Amino acid sequence: MGNGTSIGRVRGLGSAKGGVHHWLVHRFTAISNLLTVLFLVVSLLLLPDLSYATVVEWIARPVPAVMMLLLVVSTFWHARLGLQVLIEDYVHDANKLVLMIALNLAAIGGAVFGVFCIVRLALGAHA
Amino acid sequence: MANAGTKNRPLSPHLQIWKWGPHMFVSILHRVTGDGMAFAALGVLLWWLGALAGGPASYATFVSVMTSPIGYLVLVGITWAFFSHMSSGLRHLVLDTGAGYELSVNKTWALICPIVGVLLTVAFWAIVLLR
Repeated sequence: MGNGTSIGRVRGLGSAKGGVHHWLVHRFTAISNLLTVLFLVVSLLLLPDLSYATVVEWIARPVPAVMMLLLVVSTFWHARLGLQVLIEDYVHDANKLVLMIALNLAAIGGAVFGVFCIVRLALGAHA
Repeated sequence: MANAGTKNRPLSPHLQIWKWGPHMFVSILHRVTGDGMAFAALGVLLWWLGALAGGPASYATFVSVMTSPIGYLVLVGITWAFFSHMSSGLRHLVLDTGAGYELSVNKTWALICPIVGVLLTVAFWAIVLLR
């Protein structure tokens, strides 16, 4: 492994000086996951039923819509950080780069899809 | 000389040497539930949102799959993974402050986390099914 020398950094080894940011954002998104997912869990339990009409009416309201938007962004960000650690721990060959690119594409693509669906519902374009 | 030294050098103990303890179990449980949810729970979340955005017909398809036996198994698994990951995640946030590293305290918290995860899962589905 690189020890942080110039050539080590060129090869992508050694410290990238981004570890603390990754660690902190993982914690921040953990807290926002806690708030938003518990909001979803409690909402699902409080809704009279989970029929299409009921759920669409619920998710189109401002507070649920915003909380669901935040939930999607927070959970996908947190999952992206967690899966990065998984790849770093278990994949040490050239596949690591491929998996990292795939992870970023999937995380951003998934989050944008979720955000788009909620915005579409909240702005009434589903009717 | 170098060769003989390399061959006979004592190896540091690895995973299989240690006797399993609650802290090791809750550690790998946190990783498994978290990375499992990254695929299963976020997948179901996107399917749910996509089905809602798609209209009544696509939502009906989603509901019929999720209320099948396999669907319920997936949903119960996701809720168990969430509540387990939440309790062990809260443990991590407390450990991050530097608290809870005394051996007995650490063991107790590690034992409590997976139990809380199961209890919250049972409570959630009890409310869903009994109301």
